[in-house]
Amino acid sequence: MSGMNGVTNLAQGRVAEEAGTAGAPTVSNLNPKVAIRDLKFYYGDSLALKSISVPLYAHQVTAFIGPSGCGKSTLLRVLNRMYDLYPNQRAEGEVILDGVNILRPEQDLNLLRARVGMVFQKPTPFPMSIRDNVAFGIKLYQKLPKAELRDRVEAALVQAALWDEVKDQLNASGLSLSGGQQQRLCIARTVAIQPEVILLDEPCSALDPISTAKIEETIDELTENYTIAIVTHNMQQAARVSEHTAFMYLGELIEFGVTAQIFTSPEKKQTQNYITGRFG
Amino acid sequence: MAIYDTRLRRDKFYLGLCYVAVAIGLGWLAIILATLLFEGIRGLSPAVFTQMTPPPGSEGGLLNAIAGSLIMTFLGVAMGTPLGMLAGTYMAEYGRYSKLTIVVRFINDILLSAPSIVIGLFVYEVMVVRMGHFSALAGAVSLAVIVVPVVVRTTEDMLLLVPDPLREAASALGLPRAIVIARVAYRAARAGLITGVLLAIARISGETAPLLFTALNNQFFSTNLNAPMASLPAVIFQFALSPYKEWQQLAWTGALLITLAVLALSIAARVLQMGRPGK
Repeated sequence: MSGMNGVTNLAQGRVAEEAGTAGAPTVSNLNPKVAIRDLKFYYGDSLALKSISVPLYAHQVTAFIGPSGCGKSTLLRVLNRMYDLYPNQRAEGEVILDGVNILRPEQDLNLLRARVGMVFQKPTPFPMSIRDNVAFGIKLYQKLPKAELRDRVEAALVQAALWDEVKDQLNASGLSLSGGQQQRLCIARTVAIQPEVILLDEPCSALDPISTAKIEETIDELTENYTIAIVTHNMQQAARVSEHTAFMYLGELIEFGVTAQIFTSPEKKQTQNYITGRFG
Repeated sequence: MAIYDTRLRRDKFYLGLCYVAVAIGLGWLAIILATLLFEGIRGLSPAVFTQMTPPPGSEGGLLNAIAGSLIMTFLGVAMGTPLGMLAGTYMAEYGRYSKLTIVVRFINDILLSAPSIVIGLFVYEVMVVRMGHFSALAGAVSLAVIVVPVVVRTTEDMLLLVPDPLREAASALGLPRAIVIARVAYRAARAGLITGVLLAIARISGETAPLLFTALNNQFFSTNLNAPMASLPAVIFQFALSPYKEWQQLAWTGALLITLAVLALSIAARVLQMGRPGK
């Protein structure tokens, strides 16, 4: 994938692709894995998300775009309740995962996070070997025989497109890898525990174009098994990897729709200004 | 250019002052170490490590004092480290945003700089008076009281240095907080945590005042925790003030041994700090 193509070309390419299959999917005939309804989020007293309602469709990639500070990362951190680690942060509204509101107080956070995995902006390998980085999460939830554990680690690394590069150095420290490899290690670690939803918070912002391309390929393959939400500042990336795109601005959801439509004929003026880089 | 020349002259002047300050600071240290080395090394012989402290006027060694110091230091660290680590972990992890942490940190800082003689008197009141006699156990407890604040401080500081994204990443896998701390945060902070313990050992290995009030001294070899026990600092204190040549020589040698041990610990701590992963 070359990063040099214009947004429009890529987006149109995707329209053609989708039209060639079962007809362009519309928002209504898809099955939402996660439904965010009337979500408000507070940092202390300040309102960071203003009544957001948006679905994440099963086995699809939903991209969240918007200028810095618009609340897209905040939204992502609600979906696995990462904000619960900090005091003075709270969410109101509903986030329905498979029919259950995960914002209800009695929700078990560890079980939720095992179902909703997350990859962060900066690669964060644990200070342990590559193998242990991946096996760590698995071992916590399942007692597996050694051979099976080895297979699971391998499968996760293959899924994250990292296996070929590290298969001969699984005992090396995770910190010895390059930035792009570390990020794919974090993806492997996340898919290893077989979540249902994967949240990607600007996963490529610290990476070079080659590593970015590899991670985008990985994302493409992951949709087979997972529902994915990705926050990105790179609009070409949103156009390349996602089926649906949500544009956010100042804590509000301005527009949500099929990616090709958002990038070719957005309904809102603000969306158009942002994707054409005329935002001010 | 005149302004620039003035600046250059001024720069040289202040740089000169800095060199003088460093020379004065390090100079005394060098003199102290040189004297210690010169006086101490003369008495260094196998007998120091194999014989007991002698009665006045005869030859002997420091075996009972070395053994006593090792035993009480080990016990003090063994008692103080877990307490300090747990408290520091609470402050940096579970109670990071609680008022209790602020109070504990404040009190801990006071304890950290409390004169050790006060700690010795405290343990004297609490243990020695109640038990009716001096004991190695009381000595170890007073050392533990000195260890705790050092370990609390380094544990908290080192855990706070572990970046939050690492904790978030571990939590995002669905790991319970206890496992995030024990398996990820501790591991990331390991070098710093060990350094803290080494520094605590270095700190207590030269403490004299608390031991004089608690373990007192013992002329003979003893491993009985319920009885007085000799220690290097206490023996140095006693022997250095005595008029006997042999005792004074043993005091110098003992001082050299402690200094070398503390130096070795400090170097080990430095090496660990440098070799920290994720630098």
